[in-house]
Amino acid sequence: MKILVCAKRVIDYNVKVQINREGDGVVTDGVKMSINPFDEIAIEEALRIRDRGEADEVVVASIGPGSAQQQLRTALAMGADRAILIETDAAIQPLGAARIFMQLVETEQPGLVLMGKQAIDDDSNQTGQMLAALWHKPQATFVSKLELADGKATATREVDAGLETIEVDLPAVVTTDLRLNEPRFVKMPDIMKAKRKPLETTALAELDVDLGPQLAVANYSPPPQRQAGVMVESVDELVAALRDKGVI
Amino acid sequence: MTDRDVMQYDVVIVGAGPAGLACAIRLRQRNADLSVCVLEKASEVGQHSLSGAVIEPGPLEALLPDWLDNPPEICVPAGRDRFEFLTAKRSIRMPTPPQMHNNGNYVISLGGLCRRLAERAEALEVDVFAGFAADDALFDDDGKVIGVRTGDMGIERDGSPGPNYAAGVDIHARHTILAEGCRGSISKRLIAHYGLDQDRSPQTYGIGFKELWQLPEGRAEAGLIKHTIGWPLPRDVYGGSFLYHLDQDRVYVGFVCGLDYPDPLFSPFEAFQQYKHHPSVHALLEGGEIISAGTRALIEGGLQSLPRLEMPGAMLIGDAAGTLNVPKIKGVHMAIRCGSDAADFIADNDTSAGFDAYFRANAGGRELRKVRNIRPGFKAGLWAGLANAALETVAFGKTPWTLDNHADWSSLDKLDERDDNGPEKVARDLPPRDRLASVYHAAIHHEENQPVHLKVRDTSICATRCAVEYDNPCTRFCPAGVYEMVDDGEGGKRLQINAANCLHCKVCDIKDPYEIIDWVTPEGGSGPNYQNL
Repeated sequence: MKILVCAKRVIDYNVKVQINREGDGVVTDGVKMSINPFDEIAIEEALRIRDRGEADEVVVASIGPGSAQQQLRTALAMGADRAILIETDAAIQPLGAARIFMQLVETEQPGLVLMGKQAIDDDSNQTGQMLAALWHKPQATFVSKLELADGKATATREVDAGLETIEVDLPAVVTTDLRLNEPRFVKMPDIMKAKRKPLETTALAELDVDLGPQLAVANYSPPPQRQAGVMVESVDELVAALRDKGVI
Repeated sequence: MTDRDVMQYDVVIVGAGPAGLACAIRLRQRNADLSVCVLEKASEVGQHSLSGAVIEPGPLEALLPDWLDNPPEICVPAGRDRFEFLTAKRSIRMPTPPQMHNNGNYVISLGGLCRRLAERAEALEVDVFAGFAADDALFDDDGKVIGVRTGDMGIERDGSPGPNYAAGVDIHARHTILAEGCRGSISKRLIAHYGLDQDRSPQTYGIGFKELWQLPEGRAEAGLIKHTIGWPLPRDVYGGSFLYHLDQDRVYVGFVCGLDYPDPLFSPFEAFQQYKHHPSVHALLEGGEIISAGTRALIEGGLQSLPRLEMPGAMLIGDAAGTLNVPKIKGVHMAIRCGSDAADFIADNDTSAGFDAYFRANAGGRELRKVRNIRPGFKAGLWAGLANAALETVAFGKTPWTLDNHADWSSLDKLDERDDNGPEKVARDLPPRDRLASVYHAAIHHEENQPVHLKVRDTSICATRCAVEYDNPCTRFCPAGVYEMVDDGEGGKRLQINAANCLHCKVCDIKDPYEIIDWVTPEGGSGPNYQNL
């Protein structure tokens, strides 16, 4: 079985994201970029499944600028067998991404598609679900535990009320949550090996995909600044202060 | 623990800063048969790099004549120079010292420059490994350096291997080049091990702060370069500010203090924040926003403190050795020059023996010789220092004496020897509010569960001897609030080390008056993620 993992290049989670001067996007120059952490978990899970002998190939795909090769090389150094970059400088919306991945699914014919439950830049949480719908296959989302056997996947999902366990037929789309695993450290000799692994780049324009857009961004604005606090001496003062503010 | 992987290279370079990357590039330019790798502890090249930085492009142009075809993200040609003396309310224009003229220079982000250099190195098939900290040097039976070991990953707080443990690798190389920057941890050990600083003046350092600000539209004059001395520093602290205007209404604002300051109650961080509230600076910054901020120690000892640059199997280059030109307040061109020199020397001689003499006789050594007496002259205070600097400048450094430096750790007065606490503080309203707010702008990350990488050899004196003699100066000289004296639950105090806040500036390793703090490398990829500093 082949596993296709979808991974997005995003601004690193440690970076303090700032809105650009024009107000139509965020500052990206000089900013550290990484694999979306949820997608990194998906890559790790795919590798563990393969290393258990339940799959024989892990292919990692990304949509993004040429520099996203860097993140794909990291995925290869983690242990993926091959990588595909659909190259574009445009920002792709979830349905566009799902349609692009659908084309890859048609050519690669994976038995399982793994990706993060959402990307930490736009927090859409849509691509996996949309891909499953386009592909007419089952989906298991927010997965924190995954077992494969007899052409089925048993997935534990993190839902509001607690944990829900479902069984889906393969092929399926599984989106990963934080607690599924802790990704491995990349080792130096594996970085060297990754340089020789296949990384295939295709220009987005070469695919025949309707990218929308379905969504228009109205504006970006920073969260309001927190006001300075006031120290109060007694409960009465606190109650009076809250009354003044009209909150009680 | 486990069998370690061994990787073999002709040359291993520790540190992907300007010195290390210049050395890697030059090595491959000279001899494409040499295998070269560069190790960088930051998660990506440039993320730990911080400098003013107005650079003299000469050595960079010599190395890469086309560097301006793909410039760093921030790269602004130098414009007007201004040099001012500050009092609490006024700024008095002074003639710009000749070393500080910047015609033909560029204001750049050092992190950005390092990223470009790393791209060039990789294009020349240098293996650049970011996210891997070189932990220690490796020796053969004859005591020769034969490479470095990288740090283990996934070690738990108690030192045991965690579930994701990955052993570090041994990198064996015929030549090991230490390009760790100021106060590198391996360099420090090797300087002591081989006695490379014997018969040298003690090394002296500074602490440099830097913030990148986005200002309201129309306020910055791209290329304007402004330096100040005077307020808010007490007379017995060497230092001053820099303010570099960039494009797109951005400015670099920064401050440097000599770490030979004597007052144990002095806080370099507070001095920087005070400076920003001078009327002339406050008016510029008000309404702006900090994009990123960082701190780094810088090495100021100059020629008389420069250790021997060679040892069996290894070399020191750039600020790991101490090639910064203090009166010019520039180190990047010297680091690039020193790295290129080391590469040329290896390409020609295939040994480290003789590199020390080679560098000193070369352009870099001559430049340092000319300015050797200016920094130590400020030990006698600001005015004596300026007078001495003027004398040294007109004499082109040909004065027949060489002034000594003093070790920074030994320069603190005891509390009962002080009566002057410096200029009065002004109320502050510009960000950051405090050191923790500043650390936030460094986008710092350390895996919380790793062992503490700041090794204090004896914590029993913190609450006793140090509290009495100096009132725990670590709680003030650290720019990130890593060191805290907290309630020990028994009515006393104990030292708490908030290692996850560490900016890797190395100031604690330098300034601690008992010389008992050792900064060691944390897990690779940890530390700040500076954006365009």
